[in-house]
Amino acid sequence: MTLLYSEVEEELRSAVRGLLADRCPPAAVLERAEAGPHDPALWKTLAAEIGVAGLLVPEEYGGAGASASEAAVVLEELGRGVAPVPFLTSAVLATRALLDVRDDPGAPHDAPHDGPHDGPHDGPHDGPHDGLRAGLSGELSGELLGRLAEGRETAALVVSLAASPYQPGRGSSVTAREGRLSGVVSGVAGAEVADVLLVPAGGELYTVDPAAARIEATPSFDLTRPVATVTFADAPAARLGAVDLAGVLRFGAGLMASEQLGVAEWCLDTTLAYVRERRQFARPIGSFQAIKHRLADLWLDVVRARAAARAAAADGSALAVAVAQAWNSGVAVRVAEEALQLHGGIGMTWEHPLHLFLKRAKAAEIALGTPGDHRAAVASLADVPGPE
Amino acid sequence: MQETGSGKTGHEELLRERVAALLDRHDPGGDRLEWLRARFDAGLAWVWFPEGLGGLGLPRELQQVVERELAHTPQLDTGVQGIGLGMAAPTILAFGTEAQKRRFLRPLWTGEEIWCQLFSEPGAGSDLATLATRAVRDGDEWVVDGQKVWTSGAHHSRWAILVARTDPAVPKHRGMTYFVCDMHAPGVEVRPLRQITGEAEFNEVFLTGVRLPDDLRLGEVGDGWRVAQTTLMNERVAIGGAPVRQGGGMAGAVLDTWRAHPELRTHDLHQRLLELWVEAEVTRLSGARLREQLAAGQPGPEGSGMKLSFARLNQALSGLDVELRRDLGYDDWTFRRSDTVDFYGRGPGYRYLRAKGNSIEGGTSEILRNIIAERVLGLPAEPRADKDVPWKDLPR
Repeated sequence: MTLLYSEVEEELRSAVRGLLADRCPPAAVLERAEAGPHDPALWKTLAAEIGVAGLLVPEEYGGAGASASEAAVVLEELGRGVAPVPFLTSAVLATRALLDVRDDPGAPHDAPHDGPHDGPHDGPHDGPHDGLRAGLSGELSGELLGRLAEGRETAALVVSLAASPYQPGRGSSVTAREGRLSGVVSGVAGAEVADVLLVPAGGELYTVDPAAARIEATPSFDLTRPVATVTFADAPAARLGAVDLAGVLRFGAGLMASEQLGVAEWCLDTTLAYVRERRQFARPIGSFQAIKHRLADLWLDVVRARAAARAAAADGSALAVAVAQAWNSGVAVRVAEEALQLHGGIGMTWEHPLHLFLKRAKAAEIALGTPGDHRAAVASLADVPGPE
Repeated sequence: MQETGSGKTGHEELLRERVAALLDRHDPGGDRLEWLRARFDAGLAWVWFPEGLGGLGLPRELQQVVERELAHTPQLDTGVQGIGLGMAAPTILAFGTEAQKRRFLRPLWTGEEIWCQLFSEPGAGSDLATLATRAVRDGDEWVVDGQKVWTSGAHHSRWAILVARTDPAVPKHRGMTYFVCDMHAPGVEVRPLRQITGEAEFNEVFLTGVRLPDDLRLGEVGDGWRVAQTTLMNERVAIGGAPVRQGGGMAGAVLDTWRAHPELRTHDLHQRLLELWVEAEVTRLSGARLREQLAAGQPGPEGSGMKLSFARLNQALSGLDVELRRDLGYDDWTFRRSDTVDFYGRGPGYRYLRAKGNSIEGGTSEILRNIIAERVLGLPAEPRADKDVPWKDLPR
């Protein structure tokens, strides 16, 4: 396992960074933040031209068949730009959920229509088909993956960002009954721009047409990744198969550590530039040791966040993910908070984009498990048990 | 990519052949010193050094191939030889004459000759460049007078790396020269310096009319500061950059107690231990990443970051260990001479006290933060009153 960036990853990084610098510098993100931040034109270019939408999709479904480490580099850059595009929600979480779907005959079936499938299951095409039900799940997932990979459609995994690998159902009350879904999920990111909703319920994954759900955008703490409340009232759904939701969320959490690294990097770089320029007492404030030492400590935190993010992407084990989240969540928040303080009054203004990064950092700290949740996981994974 | 891969494999094969040939001709179970000399002469001491000087001129990362192949053979005493291997050797390699390299590197590596470092002085700690030990030229010799301090292992050293002032009339950074000091020369006096742990790991070294031949000078006259930078960069990597296993190092000591004594655990300690476990792990990962980056090249200022984390973690973990055990005792306060430095050895009280030195030795954490801020982050230097003033005119 290498913790360095490959040449391919560096090329991908510069393509994404170049596009973002051109099309959505932080000032432009800020401008559209209140009206609904999503930038569909930018997403289209990123998804289809640079091809980020299909990075994690295997080649057989029309994707790039790239590794998690490559997706992680994209997330670093998107974090660096707090870019309002649904990469994490569609190309990482939803895509991973689709890839993870298993047409498992042993899984509990809550739709009685699936009854006829009692015979031997050799693959997705056995047995009689009942519309878009289980028998067709492989085909349906594959077809969906193809549409996502092309960047023609965008999906959202309807889970609360407050859920975690350790509590995957947090924030959702959705239940399935006879191929229909009912219930509410709060704190869902990317749903309002999705063409397809992927809804986990009772260990199974379903697709739902967004028109059949109620998606209410609520004022969100994170302006560049707003969340919505999604309500299903007896909504028609197609079952795709069994899904390990905890595993999907773990995968997303591991990659989000790279996004948090990108947020921290922007905050550190921007602050360094500011303290070199800003003069008080007839000298740049960055020449004072009281400032320098704080920045040196932050740099060291970011250096370690980079190693943690690389390890989580390359390794992906539960422990590597828990470590990266426990560390990087805190680092992103700490660097953003220090950036604000070291900018002084200007950092407190709406016109400076810094607050977008602070809001993203603080929201991401909660998303997919808090640092405390991940440390609790470290306790069991690394054999550091608590008091008896 | 393909080419690098096959080139690397070619090197690896060459190394395995060399190792096999060495094992063929020399018995690692025989005389230890004879074995180490043979290994040096085979170019398998440090493969990234030039041929004839214990190396083969290969990329540094290939050293691990040799270490794996020779893991069952007699090893170096890296505790006692630490300063020689980690600091003197890279400096001699970078600045020494051919004759100096041939004279010093082989016995340094085999451990026949132990090295120490004569840098810090009572009046020159963080501000090393203000040092006052004088070296005055007398024909083909230099006469050295002054006092050095915090000298680990001076009591069993054959040689020292020494920085002394050769021109007091120029600003402080420019008037220094770097020497190899003969620790057996008349006028060298070593006195133990007792530490808060009770033992004496380091010394004061008094230099009185010590005569050093000019061929013990390393680098040009007046270039001592630049030569010393090479030593110091390597020192910080040597202190903070050693590989540790997951949950190892200072964390390992606490974790052993933690697992063996459930009755000592509290919720408060558990939360703090988990935070430190995570910090130790990300520090370990970034050390691994740094080593990957350095594999081919030389340590840069990034190494200073590792030492900073290492000091913080050692102090926090050893402090937590003492608190966890609720043991009010201490293993041994006697004034002893220690042969080697072992941060993790002895009891928790010792480890806690010894770790306090980690943020002072080899550059204080404050100086390291300055180095990171100025050399890595490009922040402006603090205005300085001493920069263009001749050393002899500085207020003291």
